[in-house]
Amino acid sequence: MFGYYLIITLLLAIGTFFNRNATIRILLLLLFLAAQTTISVFGYVHLNSEELGGNFKYESLSVLFLIVLTILSFTTVFHSYRYLQNRKDSSRNKSVFFTALIIMIGAMTSVYLSATIGIMWVLIEATTLSVAVLIYHERTHLSLEATWKYVFICSIGITFAFVGIVFLSKALQEANSVNLSFSDIPGHLQNINTFWLKLAFIFMLVGFSTKMGLFPMHTIEVDANTVAPPPISAFISTALLNVGFMAIFRTYSLMAHTSILPWMNHILLWSGILSVFISAVYILRVSHLKRMFAYSSLEHMGLVAIGLASGGIGYFASILHMVLHSFIKASVFYQIDQVYRVFNTFIVNKTGGYFQKNLTGAMVMLLIFISITAIPPSGMFVSEFLIFRSLFESHRIAVFIFILLLLTMIMWAVGKNIFSMLFLPQAEPDGRIVKINPWESSTQFALLAAAFYLGLNPPQAFVQLINDAILVLPK
Amino acid sequence: MINVILITFLMTLFYVAIANRLLTYVKVLAFQGVLLFAVVFIQLSEINTINLILILMETIFFKSIAVPLFLAYILKRNKITREAEPYLPHFMSLIIVTMICVISILLVNNVKDNELDKIFFVVALSALFTGLYFIISRRKIITHVMGYLIIENGVFVLSLALGSEMTMLVNIGIMLDIFVSVLVLGIFTNRIGDTFEAMSVENLSNLKD
Repeated sequence: MFGYYLIITLLLAIGTFFNRNATIRILLLLLFLAAQTTISVFGYVHLNSEELGGNFKYESLSVLFLIVLTILSFTTVFHSYRYLQNRKDSSRNKSVFFTALIIMIGAMTSVYLSATIGIMWVLIEATTLSVAVLIYHERTHLSLEATWKYVFICSIGITFAFVGIVFLSKALQEANSVNLSFSDIPGHLQNINTFWLKLAFIFMLVGFSTKMGLFPMHTIEVDANTVAPPPISAFISTALLNVGFMAIFRTYSLMAHTSILPWMNHILLWSGILSVFISAVYILRVSHLKRMFAYSSLEHMGLVAIGLASGGIGYFASILHMVLHSFIKASVFYQIDQVYRVFNTFIVNKTGGYFQKNLTGAMVMLLIFISITAIPPSGMFVSEFLIFRSLFESHRIAVFIFILLLLTMIMWAVGKNIFSMLFLPQAEPDGRIVKINPWESSTQFALLAAAFYLGLNPPQAFVQLINDAILVLPK
Repeated sequence: MINVILITFLMTLFYVAIANRLLTYVKVLAFQGVLLFAVVFIQLSEINTINLILILMETIFFKSIAVPLFLAYILKRNKITREAEPYLPHFMSLIIVTMICVISILLVNNVKDNELDKIFFVVALSALFTGLYFIISRRKIITHVMGYLIIENGVFVLSLALGSEMTMLVNIGIMLDIFVSVLVLGIFTNRIGDTFEAMSVENLSNLKD
């Protein structure tokens, strides 16, 4: 089944690339979305079965992220379509855009499902290359700069991850194993030289943090978010972060049963704390709306790393947090597209009076503020609460207090910017009146509602998927 | 024999550190590809045809012919001035690269592993960090790509040192990935050359807070 999916995706991408007819383009995109839905439903029904000679596998975590990706690809394709319509792009540019989008979604799907570390590595590089085309879509000086940095630093990061994989295979060689599949590695890692394992973990963490947007290599994620088209930013800071999380989670769970577990937790914890710290420092001074939310992504990734490092309920909470963050952050960037159309700028100081200009959008913004800062009815309140509980249970009170202080600062900064955009009058009114169709906000309401619902009243099947995913970790 | 080749590889790093012209960098990269092929060829215990073709593709065709030609084309197309324009004088570069080598040797000597081929490890680590150093210390964007390629060569030696057995599929994937990323980096270098007058990293510092 997965083989068919890959072939169909490739054919549809090629078709989209050469097609210039608007109706056929919509048809091809709908066909692709149908294929994407089919593979995720098939994956959920055939949980834990293998594909293509054991190189791909429908594990719980893979299927969970795959379903999130599928939901987001519907909304992203829709908003990309609106975005391109408003920019009045040429037919050729539209074709290139959607081709890259299809390849990127296909590559991310394959990363989620890959069952050996080598194949995962190759496919992660494929996501970098396809997203580069999308970041560069607006063809400005800034987007050129951001794309260059993204491709270059990602390539170096991925090379580092490869060095980590080489060290890991060295460690495995001592145990007389050459099998690099995720299910096979942990059994061979007992009683071997931890020196190689430590090297492998540190290199892979640094390498894959380019994708997850975690502390050492977070800058490119922020730059890419600044210039990418808003629907693509919605992907970069959700599904692509899930790719990075997946890679780091896999690496972590491979070595979680060896004696280096406390050491790994220490590294992850510091990476998380520094992420939240840097996010708080920068978010206080940014005035660019997209950069602000990019730093907010950095904050949430830091919290996820902290949850993973704390163990216990933290494992569950970090995966829950990733899913909820995906839904909320996606709706943020879809909404920012509307904000840009109304004000023609991303700078907060030049905006104002959003409630009068776009009532529906302003209501979405208000809900976003509640969701992203994890104020109680928000679903993320639950996951953050669980992360803090795990911090408490692992006796890290000082870290707990420090993080809470930083979160307060972040909440203040985000609130200040969003409220000044919503309620203060515009400093220099430009008299522009742009009508936004209220129905365009319906996807954002739906995603936010999903995040509220999944956090407050998670369905049994959803909880089961997460619980199955963390079975590989020690209790 | 392998030791001689590896030490020659190490010497090319010193040569790059004091090289002045960009074309020299390209030639050294091509030469490194040949050296890597020699190392693999000697180390290979059993030669089967598919493996040999794959290695030939990866080292001789890709590292020594395709990429250097492509880099030379970029240099010519964008009329990049011939000097490398480092931030530091050559003498300092030479000292820093030497320091990197010495540190790698000290580091590797601390590893307690009898099966480890230490000379491979020293060369690989030196190439890795020298590549990073070139990226930091050179002003032109094209030299960043060259630094990246030196890092790639270091990783290649490292995977030989640890004798890692990757499956064929992964090997081909890695090769394709590196090839495509060099191609994409090259295309964007061209774009940067078209957009800005001088291809210097100072043009790429507008995104900040």
